[in-house]
Amino acid sequence: MLLRHTTAESIVEREALTINPAKTCQPIGAMYAALGIHKCLPHSHGSQGCCSYHRSMLTRHFKEPVMAATSAFTEGASVFGGQANLVEALGNIFTIYNPDVVAIHTTCLSETIGDDCGQIASKAQESGKIPAGKVVINTSTPSYVGSHITGFSNMVKSMVTSLSESTKPGKDNVVNIIPGFVDPSDMEEIKRLAGELGVKTILFPDTSNVVNTPMTGKFHMYPAGGTTIEDLKATGDSKATLALGPSASGAAAKALDTKCKVPCFDLELPIGLQATDRFIDTLRRVAGVTVPESLNRERGQLLDMMTDMHQYTYGRKVAIAGDPDHLVSLVEFLVSLDMKPIHIVTGTPGKKIAPRFQASLDKVGRPVNLKVPGDLFHLHQWIKQEPVDLILGNTHCKYIARDEKTPLVRVGFPIIDRVGHQYMPTLGYKGAIRLLEKILGAIMDRQDAEAPEESFELVM
Amino acid sequence: MAGLKLLDERRRQVFEKGSEPADFEIACGKPSLSGAVSQRACVFCGSRVVLYPIADALHIVHGPVGCAAYTWDIRGSRSSGPELHRMSFTTDLRETDVIYGGEKKLEAALRQLIARHNPKAAFVYGTCVVGVIGDDVDAVCNKMSKETGIPVIAVHSEGFKGTKKDGYKAACDALWRIVDSGEVTGEEDGLGPDSSRGVRGGRRASSASGRSPSSELGKRPYSINILGEFNIAGEAWILKEYFRKMGVEVVSTFTGDGRIDEIRNARTASLNLVQCSGSITSLAKRMESEYGIPFIRVSFFGIEDVSKALYAVADAFKDNKDIMARTRALVSEELAALLPQLEKYRKDLTGKKAAIYVGGAFKAFSLIVALRHIGMSVVLAGSQTGNKDDYETLKEICDDGAVIVDDTNPVELCKYMLEKKVDLLIGGVKERPLAYKLGVAFCDHNHERKIPLAGFEGMVAFAKEVHASVMSPIWKFAPRMASEVKA
Repeated sequence: MLLRHTTAESIVEREALTINPAKTCQPIGAMYAALGIHKCLPHSHGSQGCCSYHRSMLTRHFKEPVMAATSAFTEGASVFGGQANLVEALGNIFTIYNPDVVAIHTTCLSETIGDDCGQIASKAQESGKIPAGKVVINTSTPSYVGSHITGFSNMVKSMVTSLSESTKPGKDNVVNIIPGFVDPSDMEEIKRLAGELGVKTILFPDTSNVVNTPMTGKFHMYPAGGTTIEDLKATGDSKATLALGPSASGAAAKALDTKCKVPCFDLELPIGLQATDRFIDTLRRVAGVTVPESLNRERGQLLDMMTDMHQYTYGRKVAIAGDPDHLVSLVEFLVSLDMKPIHIVTGTPGKKIAPRFQASLDKVGRPVNLKVPGDLFHLHQWIKQEPVDLILGNTHCKYIARDEKTPLVRVGFPIIDRVGHQYMPTLGYKGAIRLLEKILGAIMDRQDAEAPEESFELVM
Repeated sequence: MAGLKLLDERRRQVFEKGSEPADFEIACGKPSLSGAVSQRACVFCGSRVVLYPIADALHIVHGPVGCAAYTWDIRGSRSSGPELHRMSFTTDLRETDVIYGGEKKLEAALRQLIARHNPKAAFVYGTCVVGVIGDDVDAVCNKMSKETGIPVIAVHSEGFKGTKKDGYKAACDALWRIVDSGEVTGEEDGLGPDSSRGVRGGRRASSASGRSPSSELGKRPYSINILGEFNIAGEAWILKEYFRKMGVEVVSTFTGDGRIDEIRNARTASLNLVQCSGSITSLAKRMESEYGIPFIRVSFFGIEDVSKALYAVADAFKDNKDIMARTRALVSEELAALLPQLEKYRKDLTGKKAAIYVGGAFKAFSLIVALRHIGMSVVLAGSQTGNKDDYETLKEICDDGAVIVDDTNPVELCKYMLEKKVDLLIGGVKERPLAYKLGVAFCDHNHERKIPLAGFEGMVAFAKEVHASVMSPIWKFAPRMASEVKA
């Protein structure tokens, strides 16, 4: 379909133009992070459309109701500032929706006109709009800087700067884990892995049981999940923080180190064998525990599947698009399977991103196209120049997959045309087994569909 | 209405038919309350949904990336030809652009894209930031229009400048500039309006001979434009087939399966049909006052409304008796095929209760009548953008006890769905999971519908879809309606 609009020849550098973006804007990341606080209503300080779009997109991805309020800017607010709107909004929110927490994020509009949400929230506090015991936090998420990942990172960092407290000289035997912009199933998996290790953790934010709730016949404005305010405060007393994914989680971990002297460990997202190994190993060392047999067994099963099937992954060329933290670990996993990730695109800008791929790319044994920031049009052009066996990316990659008759394994955000990611993780050993199952399924389904009759195989 | 606090400011936007005070007047058409979890969108959204289906135009969103990312191909408006509208183009403004202005970037982007894709026109959507930093989008558009020779049109759709309705207005202004840019003659490019293009699947061979050049208005006898038809799931193709059978020429559709040249020729039609009235009436009024093309409001949803619409067209062309005869034949043929099919659904659905929450109120009228046809009553109805007249009409056609809401929110919606014990919710993307969580069946009557619901066959499809969801065995496992809203 988009085929006729994408040309293979001469890739033109486009400073002024993004075509088929591989990212979206900051506020949606901030909204998603805020949903990971227990009984929190995210609040979008901007025009009504922003909030509506973010809620729709999150709903499409999770197939869940997503609650958030908006300042509903008018022309007047955009001239005279949105202070009146925000103060009124806070009053209304606590009156009718009664959340424990309101997490405000800005938009391009409110940033450009220069609203200071922190100062406005203080004003609302002074004028009695915020009932006793209720919490309001805010973060700055200009849409014209970074991407949705930056917005997630900023909101998580604000949780630390506004809530984390160091209440005593010593530290508790608790490890903070910041999971990054991952699915609720992944957050659940991290908690399960920590549980297997017997480590007491505070995971923040935690959207499990918020945007993957069971069907009960009830609508809960605030589902049972989410990190509690008490836990968020207590992060300052933990003995360490594991930041999973520097782009989404690094800033908050660093802020916690600075603010409460909680040492931070920067890790890549635990996707695939090696990255999960490093996560388990770091958590083990920090908490002073040993790895139980149950986890060794999970790891061994993953390794077993990798060895059983490596003849099908060997040398396969892959194009991949997504968020930086996902990509770095996915590329490492692909390389460990002897696959060749040859075209890599993330929409998220940042000078520190490209070097994180280097160690993996050195092992590919051939030149690799890497674009930071790039878009899916660019990826498509690369694929036309050198076709691949597999595409890894979000739902938007389906146009390319269809045009190029190439299988697509959906990973990342948003996935709005398939389900499963709400409940089944991509992280950890189990997540890697699921990912590998999908990769193999895609490659082998294509082989079955396209093989000439004489070489159509029953046993694979 | 106990059990849940209604904000004082919202008290005048909700009422129950039969129980409202005598002097009650719904306070609609006002901006949402700050702090509301509203289901509404913004000005940009309104413009984008109206213009986006024009398939041979370039649509570029001038602003930070989000507005383009969220509206990338989310509406199933089908095209029988070009697919340029399904690409996502944005200037992706960064911090330096916000400081120094984005005009140069926009100009460069337009130059590159117009050269590569040769669109028939370009629409430039201005978003919030663009309005605030003061980019002169009109100037850039004019310059690029001169340079490239195609209409490059600024759509003033800054999100904060009102509600979605104001976005419709901005879209109509943009469309007007195409309509008023002069007719395309057959000789110019051989692409005269050809009502057979895009009929049913759009694969019919087009007679590319065009037609004789003309610049006179309203010259084409027995011809219409269909305004506010977006060809979701191919609905425009169904309607075009009806009109082909009636012997009425469809000059253009606004904007489903839309083409710039057809829109430029719209002024040669003799009649405008206005379907999604909220979005496009202002354009119809303008065409009436400037060109003398009369318009009628129609709906192609539900048996009565489709029949009424087709007869209204035949009636407008009553000097041609053949058209009326063919229309009668068409309607009776379709009805004969349709009614027995509906019967089996009605048997199961009789007595079930429905809630409706849609964008424009006009759609709700048709839905209420259509639901009645399959035995269902509407106990809760509302819209994001209805006006006073709309709500008066809603009140008239609803039964006593029905709750009517303007610009509602999830908590309210759930509260009334439970109170009224509904079996079905009809709404859009954000409403679907609310219904499912409560164990209530759902039918998408918005951008995400995958089956055509217009026309006679659309009525069958609608009944089938409603039946499938309401009668699904999954509800046997659901603790249905066991809930209270917890706010």
